[in-house]
Amino acid sequence: MPDLRELYQDVILEHSKAPRNYRELGAANRRAEGFNPLCGDRYTVYVDLDGDAIRDIAFQGSGCAISKASASLMTQSVKGKTQAEVEELFGEFHKIVTGEAPASNGKVPAVGKLSVFAGVSAYPVRVKCATLAWHTLRAALAGEHESVSTE
Amino acid sequence: MTVAAKHQALDVTTAQAPLGAYDPQKIRANFPILFQQVNGKPLVYLDNAATTQKPRAVIDAITRYYEADNANIHRGVHYLSQHATQRYENSRETVRRFLNAAEPSEIVFVRGATEGINLIAQTLGRTRVRAGDEVLITAMEHHSNIVPWQILCEEKGAMLRVAPINDAGELILDEFARLLGPRTKIVAVPHVSNALGTINPLRQMVELAHRHNAVVVVDGAQAVPHLAVDVRALDCDFYVFSGHKLYGPTGIGVLYGKSALLNAMPPYQGGGDMILSVTFEKTTYNKIPHKFEAGTPDVSGVIGLAAAINYVNELGLDRIEAHERDLLRQATESLSTIPGIRLIGTAKEKASVLSFVMDGIHPHDIGTILDQEGIAIRTGHHCAQPVMERFGIPATARASFAFYNTREEVNALIKGIDRVREVFA
Ligand SMILES: Cc1ncc(COP(=O)(O)O)c(C=O)c1O
Repeated sequence: MPDLRELYQDVILEHSKAPRNYRELGAANRRAEGFNPLCGDRYTVYVDLDGDAIRDIAFQGSGCAISKASASLMTQSVKGKTQAEVEELFGEFHKIVTGEAPASNGKVPAVGKLSVFAGVSAYPVRVKCATLAWHTLRAALAGEHESVSTE
Repeated sequence: MTVAAKHQALDVTTAQAPLGAYDPQKIRANFPILFQQVNGKPLVYLDNAATTQKPRAVIDAITRYYEADNANIHRGVHYLSQHATQRYENSRETVRRFLNAAEPSEIVFVRGATEGINLIAQTLGRTRVRAGDEVLITAMEHHSNIVPWQILCEEKGAMLRVAPINDAGELILDEFARLLGPRTKIVAVPHVSNALGTINPLRQMVELAHRHNAVVVVDGAQAVPHLAVDVRALDCDFYVFSGHKLYGPTGIGVLYGKSALLNAMPPYQGGGDMILSVTFEKTTYNKIPHKFEAGTPDVSGVIGLAAAINYVNELGLDRIEAHERDLLRQATESLSTIPGIRLIGTAKEKASVLSFVMDGIHPHDIGTILDQEGIAIRTGHHCAQPVMERFGIPATARASFAFYNTREEVNALIKGIDRVREVFA
């Protein structure tokens, strides 16, 4: 039986209770909305894109502890990154939450704190929660105005 | 004693003696699925409003049908076909009695409540509703009693009106009455709300609607497992439900309609069985109910549904209601004492559905943590997003009780919620 503490790590609980960069971003030139129709999670991700790099990022919305903490940690880890770097990071993150890569083995050093989401891999229905903010960010970067859905 | 032997010994459907005192442990023995561990804990199944578990009587009836009786119906001269047809039609009579309909021909077999409502919208709806007309629903609908009417209204240029509910999740009857008028052609309402548990004052609603000559469609999906339904006493024009929420199989449901209305309605789907004669120039449709049952139906599903109804009848809906009310009271009282819990749906008249939210803890997280304790509840919007909006929440956690649930299982739920609070402390 997977241990609940593996899923609800302190870092995750802490970020879900006090999410970072949780605000509307006035200077945003990209934004996208993402929702998970299964559980009603809904987030808006705001990006201030400076050329190819993320100068600033913020988010707002509501959802479960996993989705909110993931959004919070994501905003911290992608600030200053280029779009290509975000893609690479997302690829690593996705492998971690689906259990395809051991958390410690991230080739991208920036994965750092994101490895706290390794516990998600034992709960397949929660993978969508962990990746919702990321899909939303990618939609914002791609300049898609449509909202994204995990279904 | 092996589990199988225990099932046999305690099979209430074959018991000759009266059941005596209500004993959920005896009843549980008829439900093989309940005897399993989930995440190392005994399964506590509290997601009965989503679907109910099946008693051995239903599982066996379906197996026996395929082992002994299977043939296509309504079209064979041979023994098996006649036999299968008879069992199929006998099941229709079982459903008629269950709803106290006037005629078996008023019982149409469909895939479920969803298909029943769509059938009415696409047949009666398309002939009855014109531009400028109105369809009235309530603010507590399941999506399946919203979307079919939206599709119809869009096609016809008609208006969908919504009767509001109060903070307890009860229909505001005055507002409902006020929304009825000469343009109201169809009133579609739930008997019991799946997200809130509210039992609606149907008899009064039907009477109000009939004063304006509106046809009343009742979504009974959440009602039939919990309370005795008499469609003639209610005087509703249509009543739909799903077999799988009534301890029967998935994929089978019932549409009841008054014969005068069913007779006047155009067919829904074309095909075999729904015709009397076909030429390339003209087709003569079959009588009701066959007019609405195109193609080979779900014969085993119908037989399984009849077995489920027989099982429920044998337990007695009055006894089921009393036991479930007891569980609901126990759960409501216990949950109310936990700090940070808010019940969503506190109607005076309620079925055994308990929706709640917890301060600072999302229902999805509650569901995952309870699952680790072997407890199955539903989390989300319950296909009733407008209800969530009405209460200003994205989702709820919902425990829903059946007659096989026990007081110990309610205690397990309460302990599970303590665990949730621990994790998030
Ligand atoms: C009130 C209500 N109506 C309709 C339905 C739809 O039933 P089905 O999916 O079996 O067609 C449900 C099922 O959740 C329900 O709870």
